[in-house]
Amino acid sequence: MEKIIRNLSIGLIVLMIFAPLGLLAVGETFGEWGPEEIKEKLGIVPPGLEELSDLWSAPMPDYDFAGGSESMTMSSVAYILSAVVGVVVCGGLLYFIGKKAAKN
Amino acid sequence: MHIPDGYLGPYTYIAFWIIMIPIWYYAGKKLNTELKSRQVPLLALSAAFSFVIMMFNVPIPGGSTGHAVGGAIVGIVLGPWAGVIAISVTLVLQALMFGDGGITAIAANCFNMGVVIPFVGYYIYKLISGNSDITSSKRVIASAIAGWCSLTIAAFCAGVEFGIQPILHHTADGTPLYMPYSLNVTVPAMVMEHALGFSILEAVITAVIFAYIQKTDASLFYGEKSEAQKDKVKKAVTA
Repeated sequence: MEKIIRNLSIGLIVLMIFAPLGLLAVGETFGEWGPEEIKEKLGIVPPGLEELSDLWSAPMPDYDFAGGSESMTMSSVAYILSAVVGVVVCGGLLYFIGKKAAKN
Repeated sequence: MHIPDGYLGPYTYIAFWIIMIPIWYYAGKKLNTELKSRQVPLLALSAAFSFVIMMFNVPIPGGSTGHAVGGAIVGIVLGPWAGVIAISVTLVLQALMFGDGGITAIAANCFNMGVVIPFVGYYIYKLISGNSDITSSKRVIASAIAGWCSLTIAAFCAGVEFGIQPILHHTADGTPLYMPYSLNVTVPAMVMEHALGFSILEAVITAVIFAYIQKTDASLFYGEKSEAQKDKVKKAVTA
């Protein structure tokens, strides 16, 4: 059991280090276009979509520093940092929730 | 598959909040009764893994990019209800902190990725595995197929949610208010790019992690008893 957790954790850390590879995939994702991209495609932005699209400003939009990074290196740093935040917060929360649930 | 704000109109996103609140509540109750102490580190790792796997965007021919979710393997190892909790927490953080997926669409995204994927993954795996031995290689194949089906069906659901928007919400002259494309575009687009691309990655991830846990400690799998536990049950029955 401990061995499984240890080895899976090592696998996770390797994935986090190589996470910036995910930045190399350039292209659009279906249904995740920004309002400008839709305007390019259709000539119009659906009014409801435009209204709702800027409802929330995330502190690290698109796993990048607020305002965007100027170089690939900075984007990669932001991406790995995002992975660290994700792992610590998700892992930590689930550990806490799990401990409480297992006790009951 | 992270639907942003503005793509789903209020009928759809409110409906998903109404659907998801009891599901989250029940998943929490199930976790309370089913989760064992030794599974807690695996639960924490599941959410962390899923978060990082979703960051690995892969390109597919045609200029589109997407990613696997890792939800099928969570459903198979820890059970579908634990999968709901792990993936939902991950998706909420992605929406709030990183703007990946909309705030209004959190419930819809949690349904597609956090409910459909672990449930489809778990039940297809169980269906194909049947009564085969927990260590059999048939189960590795079953997990791969489960991974593929789970993401493809989740993509189909997202495609339907997108495609009904022009029907539900449009102005008097027919201009769509939210997602502008209709079902005949959204469903094939979502299903094809997943079926031929990202779902294959999901299948590989599911099978690799499955094979590793199966080889190391198959008693960890949800709903499976270890040999020692089976002996105990046998003894209790015969005594």
